[in-house]
Amino acid sequence: MVQKIADNLVLVLAGQAGQGIQSIESILSFLLKRSGYNYFSTSELMSRVRGGINSTEIRISSKPIAGFLDRIDILIPLHNDGIGHLKERFSPNTIVIGEQDKIDFDDIIDVQFTQIAKDIGNPIYSNSVAAGFICGLLKVDLKACQEFIIEYFSDKSEEIQVKNSQAITKGHELTKNFSNIDIDIKKSTKVKDHLLLDGADAISLGALAGGCNFTCGYPMSPATSVLQNMATYSQEFDIIAEQVEDEVGVINMALGAWYAGARAMVTTSGGGFALMSEGISLCGIMESPMVLHIAQRPGPATGLATRTEQGDLNLVLYAGHGDFPRIILAPGSLEEGFSLTQNAFNLAEKYQVPVFILTDQFFIESKYNTPSFDMVNLKVEKHIIETTEDYKRYSFSENGISPRGIPGYGQGNVCSGSNEHNESGRITEDPELRVKMVDKRLGKLEQIKADIIPPKLIGSNNYKILLVSWGSTYHIISEALEDLGRDDIALLHFSWIFPLPKETINYLEQADRVIIIENNVTGHLAQLIQLSTGYIIKEKILKYNGRCFSVEEVSNKISKVIEEGDKNEQ
Amino acid sequence: MNNRFDFEDKIDISWCPGCGNFSIRKELLSVIEEMSLERKDLVLVSGIGQAAKMPEFINSSFFHGLHGRGLPAATAIKAANPQLTVIAFGGDGDMYGEGGNHLLHTIRKNPDITLFVHDNMVYGLTKGQASPTSSLGMKTPLQVFGVADQPLNPLALAISLDVTFVARAFSGHIEQTKEIMKQAMAHKGFALVDIFQPCVSFNKINTYKWFSENTYYLPADFDNSDRVKSFEKALEQDPFPLGVIYQSNHRKTLEDNLKVYKNSKDPLYKREVNLQKVEEVIKARR
Repeated sequence: MVQKIADNLVLVLAGQAGQGIQSIESILSFLLKRSGYNYFSTSELMSRVRGGINSTEIRISSKPIAGFLDRIDILIPLHNDGIGHLKERFSPNTIVIGEQDKIDFDDIIDVQFTQIAKDIGNPIYSNSVAAGFICGLLKVDLKACQEFIIEYFSDKSEEIQVKNSQAITKGHELTKNFSNIDIDIKKSTKVKDHLLLDGADAISLGALAGGCNFTCGYPMSPATSVLQNMATYSQEFDIIAEQVEDEVGVINMALGAWYAGARAMVTTSGGGFALMSEGISLCGIMESPMVLHIAQRPGPATGLATRTEQGDLNLVLYAGHGDFPRIILAPGSLEEGFSLTQNAFNLAEKYQVPVFILTDQFFIESKYNTPSFDMVNLKVEKHIIETTEDYKRYSFSENGISPRGIPGYGQGNVCSGSNEHNESGRITEDPELRVKMVDKRLGKLEQIKADIIPPKLIGSNNYKILLVSWGSTYHIISEALEDLGRDDIALLHFSWIFPLPKETINYLEQADRVIIIENNVTGHLAQLIQLSTGYIIKEKILKYNGRCFSVEEVSNKISKVIEEGDKNEQ
Repeated sequence: MNNRFDFEDKIDISWCPGCGNFSIRKELLSVIEEMSLERKDLVLVSGIGQAAKMPEFINSSFFHGLHGRGLPAATAIKAANPQLTVIAFGGDGDMYGEGGNHLLHTIRKNPDITLFVHDNMVYGLTKGQASPTSSLGMKTPLQVFGVADQPLNPLALAISLDVTFVARAFSGHIEQTKEIMKQAMAHKGFALVDIFQPCVSFNKINTYKWFSENTYYLPADFDNSDRVKSFEKALEQDPFPLGVIYQSNHRKTLEDNLKVYKNSKDPLYKREVNLQKVEEVIKARR
């Protein structure tokens, strides 16, 4: 029997760390995107360098997609444990392709990737054999595969290029006699012009375009890739990229950098940011601009180091002793990852506040094609003034924002301290001045409102049921909503989290029912909404097992919550 | 004579009468006044403590940050604008206690900044607890049985990590301290000066008299370029040697290593990002 897969293929690679899943994915990603296929991939990894069992989901689709699906159409296990690891996601239609002698699965379609690679000269070429095989199934032009693999290994020796070309060819040719799967996915010429990025790329490119010229950090999953990307860009751009002894040093270094006129960003995860709490409080009283990228992972403490959760919104919202304003952003797409990070530098400079960009492991490690970013309307806004002899760093102004000078530019003293200060920036304990300074700092929250980006409504304007979400779950929930196909449900997605957009309450009040969907255990956004608007969201879909939502899971849970709610009303 | 870095009007200085910090302030003012340095190009950086209040009492730009955290900020200020002269201040608690990890790693990075540690062997701001340099046996409101933790030897620590300028001074000796401070500021690379300073309120052991009696100056012919010999000297405690105990110029500074200053000496604030080049990088991801 021929199994037909049309428009939307879910291919999963599973194996131990170090076995080559990432290499196969890496080859396929650009090869398929450049061939015109909509591409998405995401990985779930164990916190170990070798062994264990990891998997990567690759979706190839006729339409742009970026949500995680539970369904598996084709599984290629490189290790026998892959079967047990993914069994729950199997359906009767799941096809398993692999080396029969290594994988214990009755209906396996035997393809000897390793033996073919050995015949070419080294088992290491099995990754290219597998990539070629998948391309063959998709009927990707063989010549395109060969040209791509040569380019892919262009910094390696000619022998490696030739052998990999042979390997991809062999893999591709295997599918000639392979009549039991018929895959039909439409290509699009538009996709060829798209960018292919992961979340870490989007954040890093946004920082680059935001004029970031100083980045420092301490390695911590899943935020390290952003730090490494910035270090890579520092070879071509004027960026100082420093690894620091600990996160306490990181935030203080970044504050020093802004003070001296740099545009600095720190990147870390929840645990690392917890160490920065005192520093963020210093940022608050110094009224220093700051950009912080925080890639969330499940806590408390080390938690699940390589997995995902939206569990640090409350941490970021309340971190730091004392009261001071802040801005919290959480991109839902690569485009937003780029544009919000780019703009974070402008907002930080304009309002002299810390700006947080909250992502998570799922966002950072998900890769897909996206239309090229808008560069035309990009602005790098600097708000630094040349000081005069009588300059006062914290002068009272009408809007609470004191013109920011930096040392060495102009004749004035630029005095910033962690103590309460007078307009000049020097220590004071005067009670009246104290009140004026607190009010001045907090007053900036009002000013910030002018720049707030309202939440995005997806689906019908005449909704009866409103789903509410934020950050990285955007693509998953919007695909689930589309699958549900109901015109009485809409999704309100927040990428600007704090200060909470004022439109929020109107959207909520228009709905008969509101359901919050968050990748955490207590519903952090629901709490913030209640605090900011008084509106209590009672119906919740929460997930906190360290894995992202799947599209099917979200649509099933929405149906179930709605059904139960209907029952209760009757 | 007016000092550019002093205030015209009398200011309220919050140190106790007789505090060693007053002499250090006087010495500092005189040293920076004599340097060919534009006032606008000086930045004083500190953490928290009585010593760390120094920048508040000087007519200059400053970054008066968090307890123990002065050095990462100072490092970044120098890195973001190497044209600035950056001096960091802190006490023994601030720099050797709370900020210990930052000290170790600032030494490794070797920014061209000067660190003056006002070492009074006690906690002043928090009223009399032991500091990392307090003598064994010293009784305090917190160390009620006497200090049992081995005192930290900052000079030996610094030389072991190859700080290229390591010195000790005593605040009571105005001219000698000024000379040491001057040399430290002239040194290229991270310079550490541990300045003995009596705390008149909380340290009844290490008094002005005690420091005078328990210190001596290195002889003029002491070869401070030999790291091993300097290390040996740094271990001496009875009495403590004063002077420049180790000096070398064999290490590159952080700023020397920063690629951003290879083709241009412009500080970061003067630079604009090349958005066209950014677009090229983005388009390369197609």
